[in-house]
Amino acid sequence: MSRSVNKPGFLVYGLLGAFILGSVFPLYWSYVLGTVTKERVLQTPPPFLPGGHFLDNAGRVFDQIDFWSALANSVIVSAAGAVSVVLFSTLAGYAFAKLRFRGSNMLMAFIIMTLAVPTQLALVPMLKQFSNLGLTGTHAAVILPWLVTAFGVFFMRQYLVDAIPDELIDAARVDGCSQLRIAWTVAVPAARPAMAILALFTFMSVWTDFMWPLLVLQNSDVQTLQTALDQLKIAPGQGLSDLALLQAGTIMATIPLLLLFIATGRHLVSGIMQGAVKG
Amino acid sequence: MLDQASQARRSPQGPSALRQRLSRWDVKYAPYLFIAPFFVVFAVIGLYPLLYTGYLSFFSWPRFGAEHGDAVGWANYSHVLSDPVFRKAIVNTIGIFLLSSVPQVIVATVIAALLDTNLRGRSWWRMSVLLPYVVAPAAAALIWGAIFADNSGLANEILRVVGIDPIGWHSDRFASWTAIATMVNWRWTGYNTLIILAAMQAVPRDIYESASIDGANRVRQFWNITLPSIRPTMVFVIVTSTMGGLQIFTEPRLFDTNLQHQGGANYQFQTLTMYVFNTANSATDPYPRAAAAAWLLFLLIVGIALLNFLVTRAVQRRSLR
Repeated sequence: MSRSVNKPGFLVYGLLGAFILGSVFPLYWSYVLGTVTKERVLQTPPPFLPGGHFLDNAGRVFDQIDFWSALANSVIVSAAGAVSVVLFSTLAGYAFAKLRFRGSNMLMAFIIMTLAVPTQLALVPMLKQFSNLGLTGTHAAVILPWLVTAFGVFFMRQYLVDAIPDELIDAARVDGCSQLRIAWTVAVPAARPAMAILALFTFMSVWTDFMWPLLVLQNSDVQTLQTALDQLKIAPGQGLSDLALLQAGTIMATIPLLLLFIATGRHLVSGIMQGAVKG
Repeated sequence: MLDQASQARRSPQGPSALRQRLSRWDVKYAPYLFIAPFFVVFAVIGLYPLLYTGYLSFFSWPRFGAEHGDAVGWANYSHVLSDPVFRKAIVNTIGIFLLSSVPQVIVATVIAALLDTNLRGRSWWRMSVLLPYVVAPAAAALIWGAIFADNSGLANEILRVVGIDPIGWHSDRFASWTAIATMVNWRWTGYNTLIILAAMQAVPRDIYESASIDGANRVRQFWNITLPSIRPTMVFVIVTSTMGGLQIFTEPRLFDTNLQHQGGANYQFQTLTMYVFNTANSATDPYPRAAAAAWLLFLLIVGIALLNFLVTRAVQRRSLR
């Protein structure tokens, strides 16, 4: 494919470079604030180079919030959500993509429509129900909305339509395999690349979720990293005046996902771009 | 015929007939089993809350009562609609939404066009634009909160160096919207850039070649070829950012420097979602008002999404002519 039409010049690289700098700078500056003393933060001109106080600030973060337990909780709920979404979405996506059953088009349209229902509608009844059932402050409460998602079902369906030849399914059926067995032996292996991408996205979505955990975990010992940051901010006489502490906590809470991004960024990019072409 | 005959002959033996029937059932009903989990979960976290919230919004709820009280008709709705804070929240939400989606879509399209060239290190550039996406909204709000701090913030410091008076990023209404919209834009622009880029890559290259042979320059190619080709994707991006933009919660909540989380001293940046959240959580305001507010928010989202859809359809019709 000749693309002589599009030989990017200095201008293109310059504009892109400026955009990336703008994207990265806030993270860098947050890191700088996390490495200077709380007095230095308030002086002008503001610091632009890292100081050597990150460990002191991190120590103060550990004093304020139970960072390790929040980290563990975030890992638990995100991993559970990812596994559950991938499992149920693959089954449902396979059924919509490859199996004939009455009302399948209508049901798929319905699933896409549910995307328009905002989470906020659930706030009142959920808060009430969960406190009645004694579920507030549990991992289960955070995970419940993440058992299976409309996006997951749609994403897997799009992928599996082309990924599995019909002949394979027919052959397996002639051999007398049950539907579940076919799903397990034919659909799951074919879906593997999409499953990895969906797991990644779900993990990140649950990890960064804020409003729902904030609501069901309030006043409890179980906190996720995001709600712990909220506590760090409102700790008496702390977060608002102590930017060094707050930014150290923010960077600490961001590091796990940054590592995940470094390891899997390529797949994230291709996942977004694949989902878009067909969407 | 022959089938039936053999069936009849075999029927006393039973098991194989049963197996056949089971296998027919399997083919018929297994798909429903596969898709059931979604509907069960949606019933619990989507449909039931939707209906129960609707039901609840027509009742009173005595303070500290364990159950809702009498039916009150539309009283909750009229209370919410006449609440000045709610009205303010509608304006704030729409203002923040416009500031966070219009520039975002424009910038994302431009950056996507820049990426849709013969770059060196293509995958590296793509990963870089996505970087802010891995920063959780809560973290992003705290980072930008430091930048937009009223006294020692970086933004005001830069203004001071340039010789402009500092801006009250929290106290001034429009400035606070801008600050919150900046957080949203920072996190999502790269993500939408990649979606638009994917659509641009699907445009056949030879169209561009023949256009440049005809003497159309880059900018004209972009207007006459690229934009019309990626219109469906643009609709997708606009609709999804509308749904997200009207539900902004995390950023304004964490941007707030007072501990009541009411979105500024004068509610100047309280969004509708914050209103619902605060109303549901406050001891003085009963649940039904939060329920009524949630339904009004739902109608607003559906209404604006529908408007989006109709406008884009009209635009498409006109361009087809």
